[in-house]
Amino acid sequence: MKLHEYQAKNLIKKYGVPIQEGAVASTPEEAVEVARQLYANPDGQFFVVKAQIHAGGRGKGTVQETGSKGVVVTKGLDSVSDVAGKILGGTLVTIQNEAIGGNKVHKVLIAEDMYYPGPSDRHEYYLSIMLDRETGKDVIVASSEGGMNIEEVAEHTPEKIIKEWIDPAVGIQGFQARKIAYGMGMTDLGHKNGVKFILNLYKAYQGLDADMLEINPMFKTADDKVVAVDCKMSIDGNALYRHPDFAELRDLAEEDPLEVEASASNLNYIKLDGNVGCMVNGAGLAMASMDMIKLSGGEPANFLDVGGGASATTVEQGFRIILKDPNVKAILVNIFGGIVRCDRVANGVVEAYKNIGEINVPIIVRLQGTNAELGAKIIDESGLKVTSAITLAEAAARVKEALS
Amino acid sequence: MLSCQRIFTESADSNKSLRMSILVNKDTKIIVQGFTGKEGSFHASQMIEYGTQVVGGVTPNKGGTLHLDRPVFNTAFEAVKETGATVSIIFVPPAFAADAIMEAADAGVDLIVTITEGIPVKDMIYAKKYIDDRGVRMIGPNCPGVITPGECKLGIMPGFIHTPGTVGIISRSGTLTYEAVDQVTKQGFGQSTCVGIGGDPIIGSTHLDIMKLFNEDPDTEGIIMIGEIGGSNEEIAAQWVRDNVTKPVVGFIAGQTAPPGRRMGHAGAIVSGGQGTARAKMDVMEACGIHVVETPAEIGITMARALAQLAK
Repeated sequence: MKLHEYQAKNLIKKYGVPIQEGAVASTPEEAVEVARQLYANPDGQFFVVKAQIHAGGRGKGTVQETGSKGVVVTKGLDSVSDVAGKILGGTLVTIQNEAIGGNKVHKVLIAEDMYYPGPSDRHEYYLSIMLDRETGKDVIVASSEGGMNIEEVAEHTPEKIIKEWIDPAVGIQGFQARKIAYGMGMTDLGHKNGVKFILNLYKAYQGLDADMLEINPMFKTADDKVVAVDCKMSIDGNALYRHPDFAELRDLAEEDPLEVEASASNLNYIKLDGNVGCMVNGAGLAMASMDMIKLSGGEPANFLDVGGGASATTVEQGFRIILKDPNVKAILVNIFGGIVRCDRVANGVVEAYKNIGEINVPIIVRLQGTNAELGAKIIDESGLKVTSAITLAEAAARVKEALS
Repeated sequence: MLSCQRIFTESADSNKSLRMSILVNKDTKIIVQGFTGKEGSFHASQMIEYGTQVVGGVTPNKGGTLHLDRPVFNTAFEAVKETGATVSIIFVPPAFAADAIMEAADAGVDLIVTITEGIPVKDMIYAKKYIDDRGVRMIGPNCPGVITPGECKLGIMPGFIHTPGTVGIISRSGTLTYEAVDQVTKQGFGQSTCVGIGGDPIIGSTHLDIMKLFNEDPDTEGIIMIGEIGGSNEEIAAQWVRDNVTKPVVGFIAGQTAPPGRRMGHAGAIVSGGQGTARAKMDVMEACGIHVVETPAEIGITMARALAQLAK
């Protein structure tokens, strides 16, 4: 589950990780209100206004309607209202979300300015924690080069990337945090605060069941504080049962409406922008069916895994979701019947079809496995606009025909 | 890495040649953890029907009773001690599954098969460390299990689609594996053993671990490896194949059309930061001499051709 920056910051703060303080607002008026409370004397202060969307690259991204950037530093309360007004309600397009046409901004975070002058040098670092699949351990990735795209740092200056693996038997050790902080070039008080920051951040990652936690930049101020200026975090979906209070952190406005509807019916559905819908049992076969659609000259309109059962009810719900996508020109149902028999799936398809009534796109039903021939016979004799197939190759050929 | 476990099976008819398989055979004694639950009961009975030696099960607080005519024990330790089982299959719900995995390893089995889907990553980090420290092999989690056709069905796959034969199959998926099995059977080859290694980011055995077993198994003449987007296990296995395997290997990667940054059903099926794309995996596999197919419809026929070429 993805979190917004302000949600993630509030969570890590509870673990003793210093953050750039701030509060969210949904209107320009609210923005001024929360800005006023950030400083004892807010007049003439600098504020940072940050769009809250589930995509990175906000600082360089542009709000389509107004031309504003997604993150803006500004001075004075009047200006906060003005800037917030140019971001709120707009569509923010960044390098990470341009494929889906950007995200609508419903909230902005009004945060204090951390880049004030002082006795020591300011510096932006990079720090993230994630699972290293190859070793089965958590890995901390750090760099002296914060504030920019870490993939580019890794590509051009790999020597500036530090990695430290955490032994699950003993957890993170002090020497590891010291090593990382020295490796990033931290010294003196900044180093001391950096070590504390790293140790507490790992505790947060563990305690929150995060599966990705990225601080970019991790910022050393001119008076040697180390704070999280940005925070990107996602929570392991399999661990949500341990955190019932996280349910309210899910932001349905950030998700595709069809995906929200499908998840309410317990369907594993991902909306794509192709023209052939598909409904499959099993995630691997579902991905393979999408690939097959592409090879047949179409583009997959979705990923949909209906699970092992593939009952008449799930099939009907699946059809209803797929048919709401106006781009869908044909639907491929691909079920490998193992424990569940193909004749039962076929009857389910026929029943679902009749319940829905008008279906104006061709449907190809490929049933393989137990009683596959019987399943095909039921489909063929149903009198509906449904074509049957048994082998994958046949199914691919039928999809091609349907599109031509 | 764990030492390769090779099990020799003496055929009942001593005139026939020695049949080998990887991981399990007709004599393997198995206990079921989560035995009396809905999933455990259903699949245990299917396994028994197939002829698998299910010798008992574990459900805390139901010890001393009988279920499916087999004894139920309170602990895996007791179950192993009383039955002599060397393998445990786990159907325990996700919140308790990591605990069950560690219990099985502590009880002294050689092999654990974890079917459970949805175990938190943090739990699996601990469980994997625990079993690795004890040298216990695991298949899964989030997998269909292992089958040696005609001998032992240790999982949730439909038994009847499998035929004893010479093709070994390794896969991260469930139904896509059945698809490959079905195609291989229809090409007239059958399977030596099929191993569903699971769709999670942390799994007990990787493509490489199982590839090594198939490479050493004289009954396996060809190997099919089915992968998915996410991680780099397929690439690691492919590089080993290039240097060590002379048997034909056919490969397919699901998810060529999957969008980056989205989890495609399986917790481990995600392209992140440009890493783990289907194209990159297929290119590495191809470069390592693996017969890579673009469509899953050609898995069986490609293996048939590769084996025919070998016979010439």
